[in-house]
Amino acid sequence: MEFFVFGCAALMILVGAVGVITRSHPVHAALSLVLTLFGVAVLFVAQEAHFLAAVQVIVYAGAIVVLFLFVIMLLGVDRVENLRTEPLTAQRPLAIIVSLGLIGILVAAFTTGSGALHERGEGINIPDLSTGTDANTTQLAESIFSDYVVAFEVTSVLLVVAVVGTVLLSRRIKSVAAETSK
Amino acid sequence: MIAALLVPTATWYLVLSAILFGIGTFGVLVRRNPLVMFMCIELMLNAVNLSFVTLARELNDINGQTIVFFVMVVAAAEVVVGLGIIVAIMRNRSSVTADDLIELNG
Repeated sequence: MEFFVFGCAALMILVGAVGVITRSHPVHAALSLVLTLFGVAVLFVAQEAHFLAAVQVIVYAGAIVVLFLFVIMLLGVDRVENLRTEPLTAQRPLAIIVSLGLIGILVAAFTTGSGALHERGEGINIPDLSTGTDANTTQLAESIFSDYVVAFEVTSVLLVVAVVGTVLLSRRIKSVAAETSK
Repeated sequence: MIAALLVPTATWYLVLSAILFGIGTFGVLVRRNPLVMFMCIELMLNAVNLSFVTLARELNDINGQTIVFFVMVVAAAEVVVGLGIIVAIMRNRSSVTADDLIELNG
């Protein structure tokens, strides 16, 4: 059963990821990204990270992809990109070598270093009838609001800075534009 | 015997996340549209999140899931700022490839 879930989710992830890099239409690439993000959410559920799976679907597949589609439509760049031409010579073979080498290094590290993994935490609560159905969310909240509460507050500052910065970036400055046109 | 071999272990998840990271790297290196390059960065972030959750289960440590939460928040902020920059650059321009940003070319 777990194998079946893993196989289906891995297929979703890989098909979506290949779609993102091969579809010439940006809207199709964004929709392929949704497939990948849902596959990752399924694997989160398979590994008892229920809260993160919900956040993955809401924030990534919901908000971020909608933002991407919104910007694609706003800029009017939903044009097909010609993927046949290769602007830089030998770029694609070099990129294939780099990414395959990266995958090879990572897989080698995972297979040789898996013996170094020791259980060191205090355990992850898995929701069942004895611990309550929200055990994962409760434990994650206790971790965020006790051990990492400073990081959480700094994150709120980061979000405010991001919002204000984006408003400043995308605002047209009318007075300056009017003065320069005179 | 075969049933024991078919249970996904942590290595399977980690190898899957490595492949996802490699695909994202390839996309960032090859694609020309800055929006698609951004999507490939999201692929790489998701690969890292997947390996964090896998190692959290493997090490029996909730901190792995906590850091995924923070990675998601920072990724959301990064997408907002990045798309703002792309909109500001591309607003007055008809072309959409990253190769056309050559104003500083000497």
